Amino acid sequence: MTATGKYLRIALGVVVIAALIIVPMNFNRYGLFILSQWAVMTIAAMGLNLTLGYAGQVSLAQGAFVGIGAYAAAIMTTQGLPLVAALGVAIVLCFAIGWILGYPALRVQHHYLAFVTLAFSTLAFLVFRNEDWLTKGIYGISNIPRPNVLGFATNRPLPFYYFCLGSLALVSLAMWWLIRSPWGRAFVALRENPVRALSLGIDTRRYTLMAFAIGSALGGVAGTLYAPLTQYIDPVPFNLSLSLDLLMMVIVGGSGFFFGPFLGAMIAVLLPEWLRFTQGYYLMLYAVAVMLLLIYSPTGILGSLDRYLAERRTKAASALRAVAKSRLETAP
Amino acid sequence: MTAVLEVSDIRKSFGGIKAVDGVSFDVQEGEILGLIGPNGCGKSTLFNCILGQLMPTGGEVKVDGKVVTGLRPSELNRLGVSRTFQLLQVFPKLSVRENLILAGQEHQGNMMSRLFGPSDAGLSAAADQMIGFFKLDHLATEAAGGLSYGQQKLLDAAMAFMGGPRLVLLDEPAGGVNLTMLGDLKERLAAINRERRATFVVIEHNMEFVMSLCTRVMVMAEGKMLAMGTPAEVRANPAVIEAYLGH
Repeated sequence: MTATGKYLRIALGVVVIAALIIVPMNFNRYGLFILSQWAVMTIAAMGLNLTLGYAGQVSLAQGAFVGIGAYAAAIMTTQGLPLVAALGVAIVLCFAIGWILGYPALRVQHHYLAFVTLAFSTLAFLVFRNEDWLTKGIYGISNIPRPNVLGFATNRPLPFYYFCLGSLALVSLAMWWLIRSPWGRAFVALRENPVRALSLGIDTRRYTLMAFAIGSALGGVAGTLYAPLTQYIDPVPFNLSLSLDLLMMVIVGGSGFFFGPFLGAMIAVLLPEWLRFTQGYYLMLYAVAVMLLLIYSPTGILGSLDRYLAERRTKAASALRAVAKSRLETAP
Repeated sequence: MTAVLEVSDIRKSFGGIKAVDGVSFDVQEGEILGLIGPNGCGKSTLFNCILGQLMPTGGEVKVDGKVVTGLRPSELNRLGVSRTFQLLQVFPKLSVRENLILAGQEHQGNMMSRLFGPSDAGLSAAADQMIGFFKLDHLATEAAGGLSYGQQKLLDAAMAFMGGPRLVLLDEPAGGVNLTMLGDLKERLAAINRERRATFVVIEHNMEFVMSLCTRVMVMAEGKMLAMGTPAEVRANPAVIEAYLGH
């Protein structure tokens, strides 16, 4: 990367972050709700991006982990416990369950693995719906309080949005650290060539389980934010379609790219809202848009962008070589 | 001299086919043992049994006197046994330097220090030294997938040495490499063998390469050992000429 490119990226980052802080100040309650939802779903999609995008393990269960996190938050905070305690419980619970769910991945891959995780997703949904004593079943849990963060109440939409945005920032930093650590490199090796990875001393078993566990834990984190965001939860939002939505966010944004989930979640959460003016047609238009995107850009938005930039670099380099060659030939 | 690798009576059957049928040999410290034989004679299967990629049907493998039969490849690698594959196995999207760091990182610290420690696991200097040693200097930050085939072969071999192995098993390192690059590769392997006292077992079809690099050569045919000796002895062995080298 050139120095100019680096400064451009930093400048772009500063502008985006400033916009995320300043622009929503004038948003109404609904706009802030949608934007908070984007931040929450981005966290869940980042978790799946680690499991699927970096480590190459297909999972159709991320929605279930969001559900586990949401129920942990709903049950605990309505009993008067602080949200941070629920967060701890959700992380530990989802990490442990994700770790166990990783075991099938040591034996089966690809669509077989997808089916195993799909079964878990269904199982979790049945627990949310049928275990009335814990989850209040189809009646759901209402009056979920919003937390006080560092002494600030987040009851109003704007402070709660900032709380979600801040959480997203923290998760992003942690993820950035993880991806550029030796672990991140091992995850990529696991995805690209597990046999070679094994021969280089990489304990692929342990890293596979870790990829599942950490990815699932992030689903739980997203869930603990989701419950106080909607302030009411029932089993419906955590059925299989949430897992599929999250999978789509990762793939549309660019699986295995750090910023993929941000873009993917933006499209999945915001695009349906923007298309609302078409009234009854918006779901259809949305479906067509996603299909077209995946036909023309199967590696996702960032995948296409990456390919375009790489091609441009190659062209520039070969042009430079041609110039150098012609100079050599014309030199006396 | 001590034996770094002792293989005794290794057998591997796939259904009714005996791919490796009772092979025994040992490799002394600092030695370069060549392993030759016609295609399908069981060389790669033998490698895979030694390295834990395949579970042998029978027999025993010892590294530095310790029984390692049935250990996983990653465990064996951390004990100092490293390998290359017949087909190129570099990570195309990672840079040359990243490939080398990846190849060494599991030999540094533990899981926690690899998560919270430096991004390069403290291996940048070692990786750059290896890059220099294999004459890939100008390519350090290039994606490995963009290198020429010969350069990728060099990188593939270099990766096998990042963990500071005692024993390296090379499966056709010269396959598909052009003549100039081949000279480089042979010279680099000989140098690393001299300087680090690394012990090699090399599968190779290029006779010139094997005969000039190896101290001893073992010939396999139909899953069994046909002959073992110095390159000159093997070349003169009538059974070997019959089975493999040709008249």
